[in-house]
Amino acid sequence: MTSLILPAGLQTIPQGVDYIRILPELILSAFGIVVMVLDPLVDEKKSQKLLGYIGFAGTVAGLLSTWYMAQSPGLAFSNMVKVDAYSVFFHFLIIGIAAVVILSSFEYMEVQRIRAGEYYALILFGAVGMALMSSAVELVLIFIALEISSISTYILTGFRRNEAASSESSLKYFLLGSFATAFFLYGVALMFGATGSTNINLISQKLQAGPVVLLVYVAMALMFVGLGFKVAAAPFHIWTPDVYEGAPAPIVGFMSTAPKAAAFAVLLRVVFTINAPGRFWILWVAAALSMTLGNVGALVQNNIKRLLAYSSIAHAGYLLMAFAVTGSENSVSGISAAMFYTAAYAAMNVGAFAVIGHFGNAGERYVSLEDYEGLGRTSPLLAATLTIFLLSLIGIPMTGGFFAKFYVFSTAVKAHLIWLTLIGVVNSAVGAYYYLRIIVVMYMRESRQKIAVSSIPFGLGTALAVSFVATLYLGILPGRVLQYAQQSAQELLPQAPGASAKIVQTPLPAAISRP
Amino acid sequence: MNADSWSPYILTFVTFAPLVGALLLMVFPRRDRDIRIFALVFSLLTFLLSLHLPVHFHRSQAGFQYELDRAWISTPNIHYHMGIDGISLWLVVLTTFLTPLCVLISWQSVHDRVKEFFILLLILETALIGVFTALDLFLFYFFWEATLIPMALLIGIFGHERKVYAAVKFFMYTMIASVFMLAAILWLYAHTGSFDFVVIRDEIARGALPSFPAAAQWLFLGFFLAFAVKVPLFPFHTWLPDAHVEAPTAGSVLLAGVLLKMGTYGMLRFNLGLFPEQARRNAPWIMILALIGIIYGALVAMVQPNMKKLIAYSSISHLGFVVLGIFSFTQAGLNGAMFIMLAHGVSTGGLFMLTGILHERRHTYEISEFGGLASTMPVYAASYLFIVLASVGLPLLNGFVGEFLVLSGAFQDRPIYGILAATGVIWSACYLLWMYQRVFFGQVTHSANNSLHDLFAFEKWAIWPCAVAALVMGVAPILWLGAIDPAVQAALSPFSQFVGQVVGQ
Repeated sequence: MTSLILPAGLQTIPQGVDYIRILPELILSAFGIVVMVLDPLVDEKKSQKLLGYIGFAGTVAGLLSTWYMAQSPGLAFSNMVKVDAYSVFFHFLIIGIAAVVILSSFEYMEVQRIRAGEYYALILFGAVGMALMSSAVELVLIFIALEISSISTYILTGFRRNEAASSESSLKYFLLGSFATAFFLYGVALMFGATGSTNINLISQKLQAGPVVLLVYVAMALMFVGLGFKVAAAPFHIWTPDVYEGAPAPIVGFMSTAPKAAAFAVLLRVVFTINAPGRFWILWVAAALSMTLGNVGALVQNNIKRLLAYSSIAHAGYLLMAFAVTGSENSVSGISAAMFYTAAYAAMNVGAFAVIGHFGNAGERYVSLEDYEGLGRTSPLLAATLTIFLLSLIGIPMTGGFFAKFYVFSTAVKAHLIWLTLIGVVNSAVGAYYYLRIIVVMYMRESRQKIAVSSIPFGLGTALAVSFVATLYLGILPGRVLQYAQQSAQELLPQAPGASAKIVQTPLPAAISRP
Repeated sequence: MNADSWSPYILTFVTFAPLVGALLLMVFPRRDRDIRIFALVFSLLTFLLSLHLPVHFHRSQAGFQYELDRAWISTPNIHYHMGIDGISLWLVVLTTFLTPLCVLISWQSVHDRVKEFFILLLILETALIGVFTALDLFLFYFFWEATLIPMALLIGIFGHERKVYAAVKFFMYTMIASVFMLAAILWLYAHTGSFDFVVIRDEIARGALPSFPAAAQWLFLGFFLAFAVKVPLFPFHTWLPDAHVEAPTAGSVLLAGVLLKMGTYGMLRFNLGLFPEQARRNAPWIMILALIGIIYGALVAMVQPNMKKLIAYSSISHLGFVVLGIFSFTQAGLNGAMFIMLAHGVSTGGLFMLTGILHERRHTYEISEFGGLASTMPVYAASYLFIVLASVGLPLLNGFVGEFLVLSGAFQDRPIYGILAATGVIWSACYLLWMYQRVFFGQVTHSANNSLHDLFAFEKWAIWPCAVAALVMGVAPILWLGAIDPAVQAALSPFSQFVGQVVGQ
């Protein structure tokens, strides 16, 4: 029988600082609960606006509290949560995405006639789960956070209740998603069996110390199945186009960036902190497959949401390239490249889906490529904004997407992954074609049908402006974000034997150990 | 103001002046007329600014001048490193010279989405100048890719019937080819820790990169492929006729005048500068491709029923001369290659403008639609003849100098190549003069041609500077070659051993 023993000296009762280290999660949850409580109380017609504002206020408070949290880095709750530059980065990113998505949802919900305040609450709860994923250093806690985030997104995908496609996408996402998380949990269990711990740092120490048993490889592979599903990496990508097509556009913007960022955060921790054995070929193949299948699939799409779904598979592939590097110096640039990529991808993709959601109109009628014909003339501002996002997705200079790809490719070259880089650069050239198709229909064809594009409301305008500025900022002055990512990458890596003095200073007591 | 205090920043001013113009254009003028005047003023301003460069250029110096080197991004180690030498100096001036003419020639022909057109044109100018002035490989790639979008949009929005096809083809061809260059640049960065052209060149020359010899051939090919598609070298040329025929006149002028030179400039700067050893080893087959390009381009041009396509194929032929000159590794060959780049920019730019003028009036490029225009449009016919003769290579006009130098360089290197290339000169006389005869001489066969208006004032202002430049370049090439020669000598210094061998034989 296994018993859990807490070693002496370990703080069993959480202290004040422990709560500060999960402050953003607490605040987001509190705002989410307020939204849920108020939902039945306020007038149904007014509810969404008011609740939306509360939700937005929640994300702003979340961002502020993240800043506050960042002032007291360290471990919390019996070493289950770790606040470091790395988790702060992802907190900012995820909560920022949630804020922008809430902003872009105000008008969308009105147009779609969806009257449901819990929409905003679910976004907040989802953000709680994702934020927690990025700071959890305990596989079980990671699993719980993963579930919190997943369940919110399952529901959110089904929010266009009148549409069969939306319900289909929700069900599909739910079934496949729970299947995938089960794989992850199984992997966690096996990892526990192999190393006797679920704490990432302890697992890392254990694996460094002794020979690696076969079970660890199996555990890694199973965990990768679960996380690979979340980031839509091939060969676990089949759900993506259907789910993205059915889900509400702002939610697609949300779920293609925030949960992905969180899953990548976990994957980075698992891959680099644990220094996962046998990861190279898994990641190499997954990266090459995702890029290729994603881009090839996108070439023939006519529905813009499906097209961007395939593109998001391809982008997961580019991102995974950064994971395949080995060696500590390369790892730093790999991690920081991946972090930068998630940020740049979030900026451009949230923006793109905000435009798509606005243009789609009631019931998301206008989502095929033909509908975009002549948009450059009928709505030049909207078209120009979407063009910038698409150029960023292609990876054209002056946009965040360019540096994102650039860092990933240069890291891969530095790590001697020449073939993977070549597959990557060829893919990014092929990928240019289908993004260009959208720009072509917008600017080079005349519209054949009359589509009234309503003027951009304030909330959406702000959301677009934020994504737009972020995309250009990352494309022109990427230095600061990258530097921050590099700093946090240093902290993420397991301490090298030479730096063992540091470990002595902050001993990591075993949280869970077998007697 | 003291010229020296300007010097480090002048390149930045020249490069970004058009971009500032484009940004102001986005917000400021509303009426089409104002937009045109605004664009013209900014492009002329850029041209005047760029004249600072040759005026204060130290001609005897071979190294880079007007250099500015600032850290841009710390990791990766990217610098904002700008600078020009005799090779890039005139290409910058060529760009700034052609852009105001493009604005003029589009004065009337662009009447829809005027604002977008001129914004794209000015953005394109910035990107083009940036390609020639960037000395940081990253910055270079940045500008290189940045030329793609405005050019593709210019073709795709303002072009003719098959514009979308041409725009996408142009984009995909160059994009796919240039990602291989990106891979090569990344390799160099991974092994030298720098994107700086000068640093990388010196490290390679010192043999400081242990893994370089194994990868060198691939790196060379990575760069070469990107440039060969841009030039375009046979067999990567198929995007060019489509792009030219469908592009609006100003697009064609910049495409032929400057964009193609990005390829030859890249070969000269990077393929020769970074990989002299591989350049020498690969020269034989590259020269053969260039020869095929010269002859094939000329022969195909001869049978074109479409005037613009004819000029497009003639570009392939002329650019073949440039590549031949570059890979002859002789002083004369390189000087000639540089000079053809400039001469071709001026004369082919002029030809495209003249063709565009005719298209403006008759909405066709078919040669058979015309005939006897010399009597209805005498000024136009005279201007056309002048530019055609310059392009053919009549002595005392600009085409002659460059072709002569390239041929003499090719003779020094391999006589048989020189002989074969020389036939290209004859072919070019054939197709251009034959085309001229069919369009301008004889009876007026189509009644529509009787009432064609001769050149308008703004068209004269667009064409005649080209003609004047062609004449001055032909009479006094030394004005240009004086700055080119030292730079070419420096570029050839790694080959001196090789050149000595050839002369010694």
